[in-house]
Amino acid sequence: MALTGVLRPGHAQIRVLDLDESVRFYKDVLGLVETGRDAHGRVYFKCWDERDHHSFVIREADRAGLDFFGFRVLDTATLDKLDADLQAYGLKTERIPAGEMLATGERVRFELPSGHLIELFAEKTKVGNGIPLINPAPWAKARDNGIAPIRLDHTLLYGPNVAAVQKIFTEVLGFYLVERVLTPDGNANAAIWLSCGQKVHDIAFAEYPEPGKLHHCSFLMESWEHVLRAGDIMSMNAVPVDIGPTRHGVTRGCTIYAWDPSGNRFETFMGGHLPYPDYETMTWTFDNFGQGLDYPQRKLHETFLTVVS
Amino acid sequence: MAHTVRIEDNGVSYTCAPAESLLEGMQRLGRRGIPVGCRGGGCGVCKVEILEGEFSTRAMSRDHVDDDDRRHRRLLACRVYPAGDLSLRVIGKLQKSVCGATPDPRLPA
Ligand code: FES
Ligand SMILES: [Fe+2]
Repeated sequence: MALTGVLRPGHAQIRVLDLDESVRFYKDVLGLVETGRDAHGRVYFKCWDERDHHSFVIREADRAGLDFFGFRVLDTATLDKLDADLQAYGLKTERIPAGEMLATGERVRFELPSGHLIELFAEKTKVGNGIPLINPAPWAKARDNGIAPIRLDHTLLYGPNVAAVQKIFTEVLGFYLVERVLTPDGNANAAIWLSCGQKVHDIAFAEYPEPGKLHHCSFLMESWEHVLRAGDIMSMNAVPVDIGPTRHGVTRGCTIYAWDPSGNRFETFMGGHLPYPDYETMTWTFDNFGQGLDYPQRKLHETFLTVVS
Repeated sequence: MAHTVRIEDNGVSYTCAPAESLLEGMQRLGRRGIPVGCRGGGCGVCKVEILEGEFSTRAMSRDHVDDDDRRHRRLLACRVYPAGDLSLRVIGKLQKSVCGATPDPRLPA
């Protein structure tokens, strides 16, 4: 099998300022499927086409932002091996017992030098996507509820020490560097896009003085038409839109950035090129960051660099 | 009925409906570069200090508004709703663009 090790983004846990308002937003506007609530007051969601129990969890807190971002790995042997590898590399890891999160097995958690908590897990109950595995239909009814993305695609995180973060992902976790934006002096990376499979990115980071910041969680749409439809639904519901609809130069993905009711940015995303691990990294100079962000408008939107949660 | 909000830094006033946040009203001034961020109380770019007047608030992130800020009515404009005429001072990242920039000629003042 070609795809081993870390398979894909598995979950994000996000802090919201008002739970009920946020549940309404994520269910009715973004169109996620609610799959459970736990004793800690967390609400669990999945995208309609995802098969695992959940990919997106929210909890009420007095500040916005990201609690942690988790990846599914191939199996428990892989989980144990990556845990040992992280420790051998010099990182402290923590085991979160199975069941702490609904329908989820043991998780290995560690903190990046950027101040973000990353988790790995091998087991999460498969609840299916509402389509039978025998003679499956191409879509289920849940596809038409709200924006209705098909999966949690990636995240972009802001924090310090991006060079050290890159080494952990590429040297320990088996990711490779797909694209990067150089700092103005050209001597370091201002932002990096990392893949663990053949997606254009599974996680990205940008250098930022404050640790642990969320730039956005991204949700995959099936087509450009669906991205435009997402824009319609945002406006119908007065969702604050940041950038787009447009196309990124970096990744070639088509996008809208907008904010949830607590100021956590999210993205409705589609497309992007298909890299392989042997491909050379593509590099953007800082003076072309505007095209990298918004290719048609060639504009380095101020909010992209300064607004995070 | 709309209330009048006065920005003490530059003496400019704008009207703001009770159901409208102070940031939404300020945006209508059309000054270029008002760094309108998340509009959900999460990012902190829209911080102001209320000098006078009655208002109500919605939840905002403690990362940007702590207890001391609250006591001094240093709040996020996107989460403050006027209950009467108000005066405020712009602080934080918003200051430069509200007080320094020229009005955008494409928009009515
Ligand atoms: S615009 Fe983000 S806190 Fe007001
Ligand atoms: Fe993205």
